[in-house]
Amino acid sequence: MVLRLSGINKRFGQLLANDAISLTLRRGEIISLLGENGAGKTTLMNILFGHYVADAGTIEVFGRPLPPGEPSAALSAGIGMVHQHFTLADNLTVLENIVLGTESPWRLNSQSVVAARRIKKLSAAFGLHVDPEATVATLSVGERQRVEILKALYRNARILILDEPTAVLTPQESKALFGTLKSLVNEGLSVIFISHKLNEVMAVSDRVYVLRGGRLIAERETSKTNRVELAELMVGRTIPEPKLTKQTPGAVMAELLDVSLRMDDKLLLDRVSLQLRSGEILGIAGVAGNGQSALADLLSGLSFPTKGDVRIEDHNYPSLTPSLALELKLARIPEDRLSQGLIVDMSVVENLIAERYRESKFSRLGFLDWNAARDFAIEIVREFDVKCPSPATSVRLLSGGNMQKLILGRVLAEKPRIIIANQPSRGLDVGAVAYVHARLLAARAEGAAILILSEDLDEIISLSDQIAVAYRGRISVPVARANVTIRDLGLMMAGHGFDHAADAEAEHAA
Amino acid sequence: MRLEPRADLPIVLLVLYPTLAVFVSLLIAALLVLLSGASPFAVFYLVAKGAAGSTFAFLETLTRATPLIFTGLAAAVAFRAKLWNIGGEAQFYMGAVATVALGTGALSLPAPALLPLLMLAAIIAGALTLLGPTFLKIRFGVDEVVTTLLLNFIVILFVSLLLDGPLKDPLGLGWPQSPRVVSEAQLPKLVQGKRLHLGFLMAVTAALFIWVINARTTTGYEMRAVGYNVKAARFAGIPIDLVMVKTALLSGGLAGLAGMSEVAGLKGNLTLDLSPGFGYAGIVVAMLALLHPLGVIAAAIFVAGIFVGADAMSRSAGVPSYIAQVMVATALLCMVTAVMFTRYRLRWR
Amino acid sequence: MEAIEILSTAALWAAAVRIASPLIFATMGELLCERAGVLNLGIEGIMTAGAFAGWLTVYLGGDLWLGVLVAAAAGAAFGLLHGILVVPLGLSQHVTGIGITLLATSLTYYCYRLILPEVTTPPKIVPFSPLPIPFLSEIPLFGDALFRQTPLTYLAFVMTALVAWFLYKTPAGLAVRTAGENPAAVEAQGLSVTAVRLSAVVAGSALMGIGGGFLTMSAFNSFFFDMINGRGWICIALVVFGSWRPGKALLGALLFAAFDAYQLRLQQLAGAFIPYQVFLMLPFVLSILALIAMSRRATYPRALMVAYHKGER
Repeated sequence: MVLRLSGINKRFGQLLANDAISLTLRRGEIISLLGENGAGKTTLMNILFGHYVADAGTIEVFGRPLPPGEPSAALSAGIGMVHQHFTLADNLTVLENIVLGTESPWRLNSQSVVAARRIKKLSAAFGLHVDPEATVATLSVGERQRVEILKALYRNARILILDEPTAVLTPQESKALFGTLKSLVNEGLSVIFISHKLNEVMAVSDRVYVLRGGRLIAERETSKTNRVELAELMVGRTIPEPKLTKQTPGAVMAELLDVSLRMDDKLLLDRVSLQLRSGEILGIAGVAGNGQSALADLLSGLSFPTKGDVRIEDHNYPSLTPSLALELKLARIPEDRLSQGLIVDMSVVENLIAERYRESKFSRLGFLDWNAARDFAIEIVREFDVKCPSPATSVRLLSGGNMQKLILGRVLAEKPRIIIANQPSRGLDVGAVAYVHARLLAARAEGAAILILSEDLDEIISLSDQIAVAYRGRISVPVARANVTIRDLGLMMAGHGFDHAADAEAEHAA
Repeated sequence: MRLEPRADLPIVLLVLYPTLAVFVSLLIAALLVLLSGASPFAVFYLVAKGAAGSTFAFLETLTRATPLIFTGLAAAVAFRAKLWNIGGEAQFYMGAVATVALGTGALSLPAPALLPLLMLAAIIAGALTLLGPTFLKIRFGVDEVVTTLLLNFIVILFVSLLLDGPLKDPLGLGWPQSPRVVSEAQLPKLVQGKRLHLGFLMAVTAALFIWVINARTTTGYEMRAVGYNVKAARFAGIPIDLVMVKTALLSGGLAGLAGMSEVAGLKGNLTLDLSPGFGYAGIVVAMLALLHPLGVIAAAIFVAGIFVGADAMSRSAGVPSYIAQVMVATALLCMVTAVMFTRYRLRWR
Repeated sequence: MEAIEILSTAALWAAAVRIASPLIFATMGELLCERAGVLNLGIEGIMTAGAFAGWLTVYLGGDLWLGVLVAAAAGAAFGLLHGILVVPLGLSQHVTGIGITLLATSLTYYCYRLILPEVTTPPKIVPFSPLPIPFLSEIPLFGDALFRQTPLTYLAFVMTALVAWFLYKTPAGLAVRTAGENPAAVEAQGLSVTAVRLSAVVAGSALMGIGGGFLTMSAFNSFFFDMINGRGWICIALVVFGSWRPGKALLGALLFAAFDAYQLRLQQLAGAFIPYQVFLMLPFVLSILALIAMSRRATYPRALMVAYHKGER
């Protein structure tokens, strides 16, 4: 027994994030924490690692109690954590990121040569190839994850926690990661694998703990369970799969023709061409950081193409702005609700009118009509089932799912003709995901042309009529959903099928 | 030790913490007074008496509060939109320069025509002064804190240059001062024989005006949105640059008006010590008022009272009048700390 | 012609190095704070406090070096206050910094008036005297400019080297740089963001205090009101101009001081036709121009002015 959590409790305001959770971890074992978003997995691991302090409960590592609230204690007890959002300093080198905090702060010089040698040895032993002298900003997402794992190994971690590690990887990269985990376990390490993806949990772990709503629902030996049982345990109810009814696409509503986008000497988009048709969903798959954000920003009016045409309903828009996009009935669901989609310190009403406060419905001669705004907000809140105490509530106090419903309400209320949805269901629980999908499909049925960008391959496959892959700023030629397999998409996400001249130029630009 | 955001705020705390902030700053001032050998209670009594102990004292406090209301509003408007205008001092002086340039005989108009014209000129002068740093922020991403601060020094040298040259008072015996403004360019007194002038009512009106802008207009809404989250505001199609420019014009104009009010209402001419730091004190006023325009009136009177009271106290008790500035600075720091505690709760583990 | 001849005089360059010295201390101090992610707008007030504390120590009979220590301690004390307010409590770095400047300045003036209630001309002390370095001071031009300075000037250059070496060669310096780039990375490696940032702000503020002390104990021999006169704000511009690197910031401070020394001399030449105020404005104008020039190029610390709340969600 290397780790024992007993009766962990953690409350954030009204929300009971962890409710009396106990679990154990043995030497040389991989356990999974399975649960949907918001089930309390990350909170539990943050308590283990000392980022949070539990309200109640104890932690024992190798038989000794772990002092709460001190990451340094967790680290020296042999716990290493790979956070979902990497904790790396981009402008520093790999080596600097790894040795940070491992040397006494009173040392007058850093032993970087010795450290570099050790890192290279660890890299070779576990297949975690990365150049210690490289600046983190130049690394791909997969390489950054390797740096995070190396950070833990460099400190002789005996217990490794990985929080949703595959969310940013191609299927093939995920496989390589699982290989690394197996070799770590063979060396006697123990691994906690946090995920909401059933097949990964089945493939990698020895035991599975299922969390739901902050409580431990079940513990299963992987060999004695199956996907169906785990899915039921995780969700606790059946959620209807999104149904993509057959529908013939209509006219081209928006079109990119050979669009390139260069910013700060980086080629973010490279000769991208695509078409959005009325009543059709085009899904863009790909590993994070391959141009999806640039594409979404471009179509959202946040940046202008360096070359090529952005055509909307047969007009060229060389400089599309957010307000112009709104005039054209182009709805935008941004990637990040908290930083881009909403102004969380403002009220529900104020957020709902953010895109439309200048319309005569809400203001006259520069004076706002708060009554009209409030009525509008009440209507949207009801129609989109946003759970909030009142329209005057600060958005900060809403759950992630309700925030996303608020954004949906804001952009869908006016029956948009084009919808750009970037990571529309990221970080939501299953119920909210289903709601978002249903709304997007309803918009499709009403004839909207929809672009969905998502790192979640399952989401792309279940929603899209046409699927394309983003790789290093290029977008592949879309293929009808019926004609692609997960394996093909995975290969394309890793760069297969993209012409190499383009690669070379992208590399040069980077 | 860590901070945890509060989900809700009991009204008690909303009152308790700011009160505590005032109390703590008084306590610190008391300790400093003890250093001087005087009795803190006697000193506080003298300060209070000097600030509000008589009609004369209170009118004097209101007179001193007048420029502070303007500069306080200037800071409050700008900070609301997270435009860090620390250049109230520069804008104040440019407003005063405009007043003197046009008010010392260049225009011969009756008072009802001349005064609004001078106000407009001062507003434009102040607004343009802040427009420069705002343009640099928008166009080049230059931090406006540093540029507005540096501009304070440039402008005071510019004023000094003017007082040696074009705006020099020929009868000034070599003192760096401008000629006095003509009588049509003087703001009428509010109370016969006292120093309180129309500028005070102008300042109160300005506060009401800003209050309406904040609460009722699209501009107020935009400024708030940009201040809270500029990225989300841009995404929603709010014209960020335009909002910044509007904010700058409003904020700079208010500070410029402070300069006009001091020259035309009180001093009559421009000197290098026209402002004993009104621009900086305006920041304190704005923060004490939690950026609320009506709160600015109260906060300005409070700060002015401390200054006026401390002057009177210093003459009779011998404690250096700088105690007033110390009190104002500690009040600022205590207040921002108190506000933080209304939003977060401190947890020791 | 004369205007160009001035450039080849040793006196100009010696003055430049002298003018640069307080700026170097304070710029290094601000740089240390900002590399840890904390903007310190208290700099102007902290320099005032340091100038006064150093002068007072010597005036009361203390040794000059004791004065330097006291100036550093005064700076550190205000730095600690700024640090506590903006690091663990996460208050606005802008507002708090301005507050610290107001507090440090007014407190200094209050203490000055408390100790010397009546004086109009402030009492003088015997400041550091130049200490020519044997042999090196004999080098033409260079020797006069660099090696006939007071010990405190030499210390400014040593300090720059120390700060650079600390930031790039020591484990603690790595922690400071990381705290300015991504505080979460610091915490994930078991270090306390609060401790790292707070220490950097205290140490940086101590350097600002010495920078102020230089004015009363080396450049001049007394304490005047308003004697910092915007030097602190100029140092903030110098940090930007130096792209947050000690070497470049040192270069910036020297360039700036050379220009300042040059304008002082030009003023004597051209004072008849150009008002002196124009020359006095130049340093401030120059700072703004430097900010514009560097605005797009500088790679600033990513987490500058970003408060870090442990365990926030």
